[in-house]
Formats: sequence, structure tokens, C-alpha cells
Amino acid sequence: MSGLSIQNLSMRFELPNGGAVQALEDVSLDLKQGELMSVLGPSGCGKTTLLNIAAGFLAPTSGQLTMNGHVITGPDAERGMVFQKGALFEWMSVRENVGFGPSMKGTPAAEKRETVDHLLNVVGLQDFKEKAVYELSGGMQQRVALARCLANDPDVILMDEPLGALDALTREKMQSLVLKLWKETGKTIILITHSVEEALLLGERLIVMAPRPGRIHTEYNLPFAELGVGADLREVKKHPDFGPKRDEILSMIWDMEEEIMGRTEEQS
Amino acid sequence: MTGLFVLAIYVGIFVASFFIITKVVNRAVSRDYTSLKTVTFGDESAVRPNRWAGIISILTLFLIWGMFTGSNLLPKFLHAPGAFVGDVEFTYTAEAEDGSRDDATVTVVVHPREETVDAPEVDPGDGFAKNDSAKIAQWRTGLIRVDSNDDIKKSDGAKVVAINGTPISPGVTVEVENGAVTLSDKGTPNFAPERGWQMEPLYLPPPEDVASRTVKVLSEGFRGFTLIEHLGYSLFRVVAGFIVGALVGIPLGYAMGLSNWFRGWFDPIVEFMRPVPPLALIPLIIIWFGIGESGKIILLFLAALWIMAIAARSGVSGVNISKVHAAYSLGASKWQIMRYVIVPNSLPEIFTGARVAMGVCWGTVVAAELVAAEQGAGMMIMVASRFQNTDIVILGIILIGVIGFGIDMLMRWAERLLVPWKGKS
Ligand SMILES: Nc1ncnc2c1ncn2[C@@H]1O[C@H](COP(=O)(O)OP(=O)(O)OP(=O)(O)O)[C@@H](O)[C@H]1O
Ligand SMILES: [Mg+2]
Repeated sequence: MSGLSIQNLSMRFELPNGGAVQALEDVSLDLKQGELMSVLGPSGCGKTTLLNIAAGFLAPTSGQLTMNGHVITGPDAERGMVFQKGALFEWMSVRENVGFGPSMKGTPAAEKRETVDHLLNVVGLQDFKEKAVYELSGGMQQRVALARCLANDPDVILMDEPLGALDALTREKMQSLVLKLWKETGKTIILITHSVEEALLLGERLIVMAPRPGRIHTEYNLPFAELGVGADLREVKKHPDFGPKRDEILSMIWDMEEEIMGRTEEQS
Repeated sequence: MTGLFVLAIYVGIFVASFFIITKVVNRAVSRDYTSLKTVTFGDESAVRPNRWAGIISILTLFLIWGMFTGSNLLPKFLHAPGAFVGDVEFTYTAEAEDGSRDDATVTVVVHPREETVDAPEVDPGDGFAKNDSAKIAQWRTGLIRVDSNDDIKKSDGAKVVAINGTPISPGVTVEVENGAVTLSDKGTPNFAPERGWQMEPLYLPPPEDVASRTVKVLSEGFRGFTLIEHLGYSLFRVVAGFIVGALVGIPLGYAMGLSNWFRGWFDPIVEFMRPVPPLALIPLIIIWFGIGESGKIILLFLAALWIMAIAARSGVSGVNISKVHAAYSLGASKWQIMRYVIVPNSLPEIFTGARVAMGVCWGTVVAAELVAAEQGAGMMIMVASRFQNTDIVILGIILIGVIGFGIDMLMRWAERLLVPWKGKS
């Protein structure tokens, strides 16, 4: 089958002091080609761990991941990753950063140039091609990271709080950009976020995870991502279902957080 | 005592120039961004070296140097009082065994060290104590055997009992005009002319002497090698040792940063060698390799090796894991990760290490040359000091400082050019 499939995934971190953390327990997920899924959950519920396993940076203690029918054993160009920050190469210009994937594959220069120019146009950085990445603002850097990931033409894009470090306005623009890229490229995208609104806007499917052990708590199918493509996201937020969904999920996460707090208080 | 006086002058100039420059001259400051900061105390970035302070600081050093060495570059009135030169007289009173006393005058000629003079002829006078004369070089003291021409000598039981009428006994000092007389344990007067406040040229020559010696050494060379050759040898050793050290150390550091086995194997060695100062290796290196060129280069190689290995290792471990992960996800192979991520990412650390290593090597080469060498900056100052050519010693120290500083500036310049992203992530 095509797409990303996660079956009965568990991850247990053995700590050096003899204890252990059950970061994920029995997580199963199926992502079809072209699906946009957002992941929410209180801090420490295993979101990053899940993504790292999907990217192939970590091997799960049990369970299996398959991608387009083959088992995932390590990182691969078919699964691109966009980090929150700090993953761009400062020693390369914007152009070289975006062209990194094609360079590694040995893509001919002319073809690479075309891809890079096109993607920099898409993310609106055509005037910054030769700049050093440390000369760009945080939002621009994330656009470079997106373009770099897309230049490699992966099947799945994994994003760990890609917009978390941006200000509200830039963030909104970037959300539109993610939607536009999703629609135009037809990529499968998993996006982790701390913002409930962002999760609602950027998820056909939305997964809320619960902590200790990390597991899937609730899953939603939402219309907002489709509505948001090419539209003003502020309008989407006025959709009659948007507010209630947001409040519902917020209180769900609040309850989880409260439970964690209560538990730690009891322990101490 | 003189030291306190020098310190007082130094502090005085510091304080005076501070008030003059900041309160009077620098009233109209330029209005750039930093000057608009109102909070400067505690904001390190707002502290910029005052150009005037820098200039005055260096001039002050030369001024004090000139003052206390009687430099011709300074007008006479600025000189600290010099050591006495000229004629001086004092009288002594000799007492014979029978208790009779007689006075006689001693004339002392205090002459500059490089001049040879004869003690003046003096009229012996009357009585059993006869007038004497003596010559003493500047800054020196001299025993004056005043009884040698007397009718009743020390061996006949005569004793010196007073100087200029002041009673004296062995071990006691009497101040006289332009000097002091101390009676030795054996009862002979020892005259010490006034030393003044200036340094003896033997210990600290005036700046112009160092300058003229520089010109002389530049044209004539020193011990069979020109000045350029001496410095060139030192530099060559440093560069050769450093390059070999970097060529071995950097790959070693990378291996330690990338492989468990290498890390485990070399960690104990590197951690043990790191705190051993290279100077402590000099004796062993001399035993093993002799004092020739190879021994020195091996010493500098060892000095640079551990620094460069540690710099490369921390350069690798300092890489943000997201960058490595991103590169793998973009399809890079291990070799490509090395070439495009790990090496460039570690370059800033390696440059910092290289600067430290060059500094350590430069210090080590001078020390090694002090111990044993036929040529080199360190050998120059060591040999010069043995022959009391203090001017060459000072010249050498200045050159060593200037070159060390030059090396560091060069490394910083290369760093700015080659790793512009340093500190920018
Ligand atoms: N390398 C590790 N060693 C030990 N425990 C780990 C490790 N990585 C993660 N954990 C633990 O696993 C749990 C899940 O961590 P994870 O980083 O996946 O959370 P998260 O949901 O991404 O949190 P956040 O929202 O704060 O990023 C946490 O309790 C964390 O302490
Ligand atoms: Mg996380």
C-alpha cells in the first residue's frame, strides 16, 4: 500500500538511573498519500518521539513502520523533515541550502538551478538567493527550510513545530503557505504544533495525544484545511464549527495537563 | 622604593590624562549609536577602547622608560636623578693604639663605567694619617684602604673611628655628601656613591640604545645569523610543528568525535597529555631527539596536536543534531554529512583551537630555544643575557611580542574570511 503506516508502535526510554519512560504505547496510524495531519498534545506526550521514529532517527522498541510498502529502518530522502529552528546550514547561501538535496543526489546543475529558483519563488524569497541564512529573519529562515525540504521532492514531510518560533503575523502567513504547498504538491504532511488553532487550520486529520504513556487520545476529521486553501485564514476561523471545536480540544488538553500536574503533586 | 615612585608617576599620568581627555578634550563626542546608549556601565558592548587612552598608555611606558634610564630623547629636566658622577671628599679619623688621633681627607673620583680614569694625585698632608684618593665606577661601591699610606697602619693597631667627625664602627654607615661610607667588618671604609633613581644601563638601557642596537643587529646580525634568520627559524619551527600537529590532530579529533572505538582509545591519552605543559616535555625531547631542528619541531607538534584534536572533537560534538538529521533526511550519505555538515560546522571551533595552538607554539618555541638552540629568537635573548647585552634581550622580547601579536591578528583575519558564520547560528 502507498502512504505511511504505523502499527502498534511503542517506545520506552531506559534512563541511566534505572528508571524508564514509556514515551509511546501502542500507537497505530495510517496516512494516505496526500493527507495533511496535525498532532496536538501536552508537553512530553511523545510527539517529537513519534516524528523522530517516523523520520527514521530512532528505532522503536516495538511495532513497525512501513512507507510505500517497505519497512522504515533509517532516514531517507523519501521522508523530509522541517525542524523548529537551527537546522539550516549557516555556511551555505540560501540557494545552496535549498539545493542541498539535489546536490547530494548529483542532480545536474541546470536542473537543480531551475528547481531552486522555482521553489524560492514559491516561498517568496527570490530576492534573497545569494544571502547567507543568518542574514534572514526567523520567518524567512523557516521558508528556506520548507523550500529545502520540497526541493528534495519527498513523499512525506514531517514538521516538528515548524512555526513555533515565529511571531503571530508571520505565523499566519506561513500557515497559508503550508496549505498552499500542500495543495499544490500533494505531499503527505504530518505537522506537530502546540497551537490548537494551528492544528485545526492545518489538519484534515487532527490527532490529540495523551501523555504517560504517550498514546492517541482522540482523532478528528476536519474541513478547515480544505476551506483554508487560498482563502483568508481569519475567515476560516469564523466558521461556525471552528470555535466549538477549539474550545472542546482546549479543555481536553487542559484536563490532561491538570492531571499531570496533580499527579506530580501527589508524587512529591 | 624607586618602584613605588614609578607606580606613583604611572597612576598619576593615568588619572590626570583621564580627567584631561574625558572632561576637557572629549566634550564634543560623535553621536553614533553606541554613544546614544544611556546605560553603558554593565553593557559590555558599549565599552569601546578609548583611542586616546591607548596612545597615552604607550607613550607613558616609553616616558617612564626614558625618565628612569636618562634617555637622550627626553629633555634633561624630566630625567629622574641619575647616579652621582664627579669628585667627592670626606675625612676620616684614625686612632692609634696609644689613643692619639689624626684626620685625613679621601678624594674619590666617581666615573662613568665605560670611562677609565686615574685616581688623582693628592698631597699626603701631615700627621700620621695621610690623605688618600680612589676611583669608583658609577653605581659601584669600593673599599678604600685609607691606612695603606698612613704612618701607623691597621696592622700597627690603627683604627678608623670617625667619618667627617661622626663616630663609626664596623657595620655602621655614615652619610656623606653624594654617598655613604660603611665601615667593613675588618675596619676598612667602603664608599657607596649616591645611586640616584635611574636604572643602570646594564640592567635597563635607554630606548635609543635599544633602537640603535636594533639597527646594528639588523645590519650585522647576531652570532652568525641575521636578525631575520633568527626570527625566521623560530617562525619556521612554529609553522612546521603547527601544520604537522593540525594535520594529525584534526583527523584524530574527528575520529574521536565520530567513533566509539577511537573515542575510547584516545580519550585517556588526550586527557592525560592535555594538562602536561609542552615545556615539561623539553628535557625528554632533548634526550630523545637532541637539540636539533627535528627535536624542536616534534615538541611543537606535540604542543599543537592535543589542542587541535580537542578542538576538532568539540567541533564535531558541537554540531546541532537537527542539522545532521536534516542532512540525512535530504539524502546525504555518511561521507556527504562529513564533507558538507560536520567539517564546515566544526571550522569555527578549529579556528579557535588553531589560534590557541599558535599562541602556545610560539611560547614553546621561545622557551625551547632558551634551553638549547643555535639560532632563533629565544636563543638570541638567552645568549645576549649571558653577555649582559640587555638591549638585545629587550629587543628580542619586543620582537617576540610583536610577532606573537601578528600571528594572532593573521589568524583572526583568516577566521573572518573563512568562517564568516562563526557565532551566527
Ligand atoms: N532521549 C531520551 N531519553 C530519555 N527520555 C526521553 C528521551 N527523549 C524523550 N524522552 C521522554 O519521552 C517523553 C516524550 O518526549 P517528546 O520529546 O517526544 O515529547 P513532546 O511531546 O515532543 O514534548 P514537547 O511538546 O515539549 O516537544 C518525555 O517524557 C521525555 O522526557
Ligand atoms: Mg517536541
